[in-house]
Amino acid sequence: MASLELRNVVKRYKSQTVLDNLSLSVADGETLVLFGPSGAGKTVLLRLVAGVIDPDEGKILIGGEDMTDLDAEFRGVGMAFQNFALFPHMTAFDNIATPLQAKRSSQSAMKSGVESVAKLLKIGHVLSHKPRALSNGQKQRTALARALVGAPPVLLLDDPLRNVDAKLRFEMRLELPRLLADRGATVVYVTQDYREAMALGDRIAVMSQGVIKQLGTPEQIYREPANIEIARLFGDPTINLLDVKPSRDAKGIYVGLSNVQVHLTGAYDATVGRDCVIGLRPEALRFVDEGTPAAIPVTVEAETPLNEKIVTLVRTVRGREILVSRPAGTPGQTEGRAHIAVDGKSALLFDHASGDRIGASNVVNLRSGEAA
Amino acid sequence: MEHTSLLERILRGIALTLVVIFFMFPIVWILMMSFQTNETILRIPPQLVFKPTLANYTALITGKLTTAAGTLDIAFMRNLWNSVFLSVTSVAVALLLGVPAAYAFARHKFRGSEDIAFTLLSFRFAPALLVLLPLTLYFQKLGLANTYIGLIWVYQLICLPLILWIVRGYFEDIPADIEYAYRIAGHSWFATFRKIALPLAGPGIAAAGLLAFIFAWNNFVFALVLASADKQPVTVGALAFITSSGIQYGQISAAIVLSITPTLALALYAQRYLVEGLSLGAVKG
Repeated sequence: MASLELRNVVKRYKSQTVLDNLSLSVADGETLVLFGPSGAGKTVLLRLVAGVIDPDEGKILIGGEDMTDLDAEFRGVGMAFQNFALFPHMTAFDNIATPLQAKRSSQSAMKSGVESVAKLLKIGHVLSHKPRALSNGQKQRTALARALVGAPPVLLLDDPLRNVDAKLRFEMRLELPRLLADRGATVVYVTQDYREAMALGDRIAVMSQGVIKQLGTPEQIYREPANIEIARLFGDPTINLLDVKPSRDAKGIYVGLSNVQVHLTGAYDATVGRDCVIGLRPEALRFVDEGTPAAIPVTVEAETPLNEKIVTLVRTVRGREILVSRPAGTPGQTEGRAHIAVDGKSALLFDHASGDRIGASNVVNLRSGEAA
Repeated sequence: MEHTSLLERILRGIALTLVVIFFMFPIVWILMMSFQTNETILRIPPQLVFKPTLANYTALITGKLTTAAGTLDIAFMRNLWNSVFLSVTSVAVALLLGVPAAYAFARHKFRGSEDIAFTLLSFRFAPALLVLLPLTLYFQKLGLANTYIGLIWVYQLICLPLILWIVRGYFEDIPADIEYAYRIAGHSWFATFRKIALPLAGPGIAAAGLLAFIFAWNNFVFALVLASADKQPVTVGALAFITSSGIQYGQISAAIVLSITPTLALALYAQRYLVEGLSLGAVKG
């Protein structure tokens, strides 16, 4: 198996810089998720690793070896494309067999190799079909099988679940981690779906405009997002973001929410008097009885049950809208006036101007992904 | 189409019939003429009912043209063979050179690639007569005048740009990801070209080849100037029917029927190719 490393990679198209001095290392056997909006450079990064496009600057190392100038066919990676990229004139079997063909495997080895991976992905019954006779889900599995069949040490998956329906996506999200773990390959997985990123990644690299904005475990990204943008991208329902100006009293730093003082725990001394944005995860808010200390009076606007949780939209006396999430089956206010309480420990504070999260204790080191 | 009224359908039918008659009439008339003698052809008013004769075809195939002034040797079968040989070889050479070139232009944007491609296309802008005079002089110096090689070379002016530009479009339509996928699977670029690009552009290559064949077949002026009797294709050979004792309409018609048969047969055969789509549902659009 093999580790993967990118060193100071730059890729430009005409005058536009798509990847800007990007460095990244993925440990042997690790699954790294590249997450970010479209145009962030995720797919370009994957293609650079695969060797189908060349970087303008920088180096790409696989298993410690410099692969920068090596053509795609010599890199020994497997790749699944977002649009499947199946060979339309070949049957599913022949499609899957192409990596084995390139290795000049014997007919019997090819047959058993294809059949075992097809069985794993439950497409054994459609191997004789051409791509046009396959459903989207089957195409996607065929593309995945083709990437897996040669047991490549590095596996690149470019949003493979993008073009399949919701049900299949959900199934695959559960299946894929086990599948990838069994293979033991180093995986780079591109997605725009934060749930996929959370479910599959040992670590997540959040990309935007050609640079990695944050690199960390799913837990770190969720709990300690580097900036407002990342906080907003991760989490459903979306994080509540409210403009605040922290103040200090005898008990510490607090923010005023609807004339209620909510005390924050954390090193926020420097924020006093500055324009900030407080980020409150909907699940960090809860309904409380009137009279509870620091309870914020609100009016319930709407309630949306989402299977395992219930999301309530409430409005503060100042007219700001806030989402509150609670597990289904737990009591909560369904209409009229109510009170909510904020968990001061889980609140996130961002600088209003830059959007960066405030709190030096949580700065995430890009190289190792460990909290420094 | 569900809500077309009866009147609309009738009008549509009439319009279609008119178009078909307009385009098919000359061909049908020529076919009829090819089975008549000069006397019946030139009779006024023309007759739709006549006693068919195979004399025209016999004359062409045996190469003996009997006219009022006596017997004349014609090399029609030789001309037909020349046409077949020149067209097939020219198209084959153009495919051999043009398809890899088209692939290069489609997939590799190198410095000046657009300029080169456009220059090749511009060969088709120039009127044939403009290039003919210098070509004739050069060919005489080089000893290429009145040779098959020289003619096939000049025919590349017709075939190569056509094939290059049509096939290039087809190559560009193949999603690059499909080729990338084959490369990543461990195959060389040449294997990718052979196993992926060529089969997927197949219908386009067939269409371009067919078109180039028709253009080459119909070419008149290059062969008229650069070839003498024994190398002439049918287009030039047909001039032989304008004899001192009159124009042999019957033989001309038979010659036309024989000379359009190969292109017609090819077009009918390749039609199946042409309608088969390029993308076969492998890439979600």
